[in-house]
Amino acid sequence: MNGYNFAYLDEQTKRMIRRALLKAVAIPGYQVPFGGREMPMPYGWGTGGVQLTASILGADDILKVIDQGADDTTNAVSIRHFFQRVAGVETTTATTAADVIQTRHRIPETPLRAGQILVFQVPIPEPLRFIEPSEQETRLMHALEEYGVMHVKLYEDIARYGHIATTYAYPVKVDGRYVMDPSPIPKFDNPKLDGNPALMLFGAGREKRLYAIPPYTRVESLDFEDHPFEVQRWEHACALCGSDHSYLDEVITDDQGGRMFVCSDTDYCQSRRGEVA
Amino acid sequence: MLSETGASPKRARPRLTVAGLHKRFLLHGQGGVEIDVMRDLSLTLQAGECLVLAGRSGIGKSTLLKMLYGDYRIDQGRIRLHFDDGDLDLETLPTYAWHGLRRDVIGYVSQFLRVVPRVAAVDVVMEPLLARGADEADSRQRAETLLARLNLPERLWQLPPGTFSGGEQQRVNIARGFIGEHPLLLLDEPTASLDAANRDVVIALIGEAKARGTAMLGIFHDEDVRERVADRLLPLDGSLGGLSNASQPCRESLS
Amino acid sequence: MKKPVLERPVLLDVQGITRLYGPAKGCEAIDFQLHAGEVLGIVGESGSGKSTLLRVLAGLEAPDAGQVLYRRQADDAGGEDAELDLYAIGEARRRALLRLEWGLVHQNPRDGLRMGVSAGANIGERLMAQGQRHYGQLRASGQAWMRQVELDPGRIDDAPRTFSGGMQQRLQIARTLVTRPRLVFMDEPTGGLDVSVQARLLDMLRTLVRQLGLSVVLVTHDLAVARLLAHRLLVMRRGQVVETGLTDQILDDPQHEYTQLLVSSVLTP
Repeated sequence: MNGYNFAYLDEQTKRMIRRALLKAVAIPGYQVPFGGREMPMPYGWGTGGVQLTASILGADDILKVIDQGADDTTNAVSIRHFFQRVAGVETTTATTAADVIQTRHRIPETPLRAGQILVFQVPIPEPLRFIEPSEQETRLMHALEEYGVMHVKLYEDIARYGHIATTYAYPVKVDGRYVMDPSPIPKFDNPKLDGNPALMLFGAGREKRLYAIPPYTRVESLDFEDHPFEVQRWEHACALCGSDHSYLDEVITDDQGGRMFVCSDTDYCQSRRGEVA
Repeated sequence: MLSETGASPKRARPRLTVAGLHKRFLLHGQGGVEIDVMRDLSLTLQAGECLVLAGRSGIGKSTLLKMLYGDYRIDQGRIRLHFDDGDLDLETLPTYAWHGLRRDVIGYVSQFLRVVPRVAAVDVVMEPLLARGADEADSRQRAETLLARLNLPERLWQLPPGTFSGGEQQRVNIARGFIGEHPLLLLDEPTASLDAANRDVVIALIGEAKARGTAMLGIFHDEDVRERVADRLLPLDGSLGGLSNASQPCRESLS
Repeated sequence: MKKPVLERPVLLDVQGITRLYGPAKGCEAIDFQLHAGEVLGIVGESGSGKSTLLRVLAGLEAPDAGQVLYRRQADDAGGEDAELDLYAIGEARRRALLRLEWGLVHQNPRDGLRMGVSAGANIGERLMAQGQRHYGQLRASGQAWMRQVELDPGRIDDAPRTFSGGMQQRLQIARTLVTRPRLVFMDEPTGGLDVSVQARLLDMLRTLVRQLGLSVVLVTHDLAVARLLAHRLLVMRRGQVVETGLTDQILDDPQHEYTQLLVSSVLTP
């Protein structure tokens, strides 16, 4: 496409973001400020993730974009088309075939491999924000590892609901140091953060922060000794592929209350069905 | 025992000596007027002895007790406590040490009860024991025994003494003062508002304290009581009072 | 009879503390020592600098000059430096000290509580900050402390905003004392409360001081509160200490002109 630099952003901006990313990789879980640019889409639509993807994408890379696990939802389709137009890169829906996967709210079920990069879209990067409105104070709390308040939130969950009711954006501690918001992925995906061979990058466009989990990094979900971290379980298996171990979405099928449970990861579901067929 | 001869060693030496005590109040609010209320007062008090301060009414006998208790500063002179293993001079005692001294050594029965409002009488009485880390149940029992002895009706024990009559408050105050069995006890009119029966109880308490070796310094207006408890009288007309009749120069607004 | 042991180790050694916002605004050249187990009252009128001094002592505001030295007990120090210079140590250490070994009770409980989370979470926060990770034990501590400050343990899951002012203040005290701090700073702890509630709180504070062996720096403008809680007083006026002494001495035998005026200005019902 004429008139645009490769992958939309100019090279100086990409360089600035890559430098920030290097710092983020060097300090796992630490939020690095970056000079966010205006993107041709509204905040909340993945501007943070898009800028990160634009900065790391090479002409030979194969890109996959998912939203809530699906390749065919509006957000995923439009971001995929965006990069097809401004970078001319090859795209895919197959997790195994992708070099870069931009995601909103899920980690693919298919295990990632070394060399792959997962880019998360992040609405609120600061895990301490719910209790401390001051940015200056939260930075200090991170710097001094004052993380007692994170457990205050979990304590409140148990006091109120009898168990830790936080089901998404469940806070983690990265490499035994920084407490990090893993973006609104279901806590079902939290174990996939731990020791993952892929590089995981997180971009928050509105707040202009990025952070990273390098490959094979220890990532622990916060919990109590007598209320250990647990992931969601379903009584059903996927109505389409029969999987009993993946994250399921409940889908309403008619106006009479008909419903079914299906994998939220469309690529995973389809590939299983392909194998079965 | 080792080589005790004759009188008990408790009585062999004084517990308290006061020498050349002066007290002057400077009143800034009244044009810097100075009032000498005490001149060159000296005394010696033995263990097991009750020394009664004698003198005209209104010359400020309480001033001496207040100096001994640390309520008033010591301008000039010496107040020395004697212990088996040495002496302690109160005029040079650091401020922070008074708290422990009052807890362990010097007890004071003042004319007025000054306590946290809404605290039950029995809790007021047992506090000196708790302050020393005593067991709560034991302390409570001792407090109740004393209150019973002083004929304070049992229904009042769990009530705060703020609403009690003068005599009832006085008995709470006496129980609180005697429960700690301090080796030096200062008594400021402890029997002032008591009836004959309760006066007798206080006299008995003083007698028991003497037997324990407590040294007491007291003010008693009631002549009958004075005669029954005093081992000696200390005449003070020469060293107290003076230039004016203002014996209480500062308002005791918090008393 | 043996001589009583009256020596108490110095816990806080304050040397030449000055923090001025303008001439006579703030506090100037303050020296004193706080001994273990002592309750020291700082009294004076509004604007006398007592709150500024407290903020400096409590580690919230660096002084323009002077030092605040904290002499830790051997058993606390655990092989670390026995003496800490509050504003010479790093911020991380200072904040950890404030969070774990010291406590601060604000006049307004809203400043010291997290109003949005339950009473139990408020009490448990300092323990969680210390690394306690057992929900059942945190809850048990929360209930025990609620009993200690005369709150109904059945209300452990209620938010502080559903509590009365006096209850909120007691909750703040429980939240502060749960880690058994050595040293507690209190800024007008009974300030905003009804008189009847004040009395109960005063009695509770006295009991806690005795039971926990607390050392306290108490700021108050209320001489009656000072009389009942403090062993010793500093009288401040226009940023300076004009008189110090045993509480009874300051109130019954004030020496300085200003102290005499202050004491004689108290209303008695």
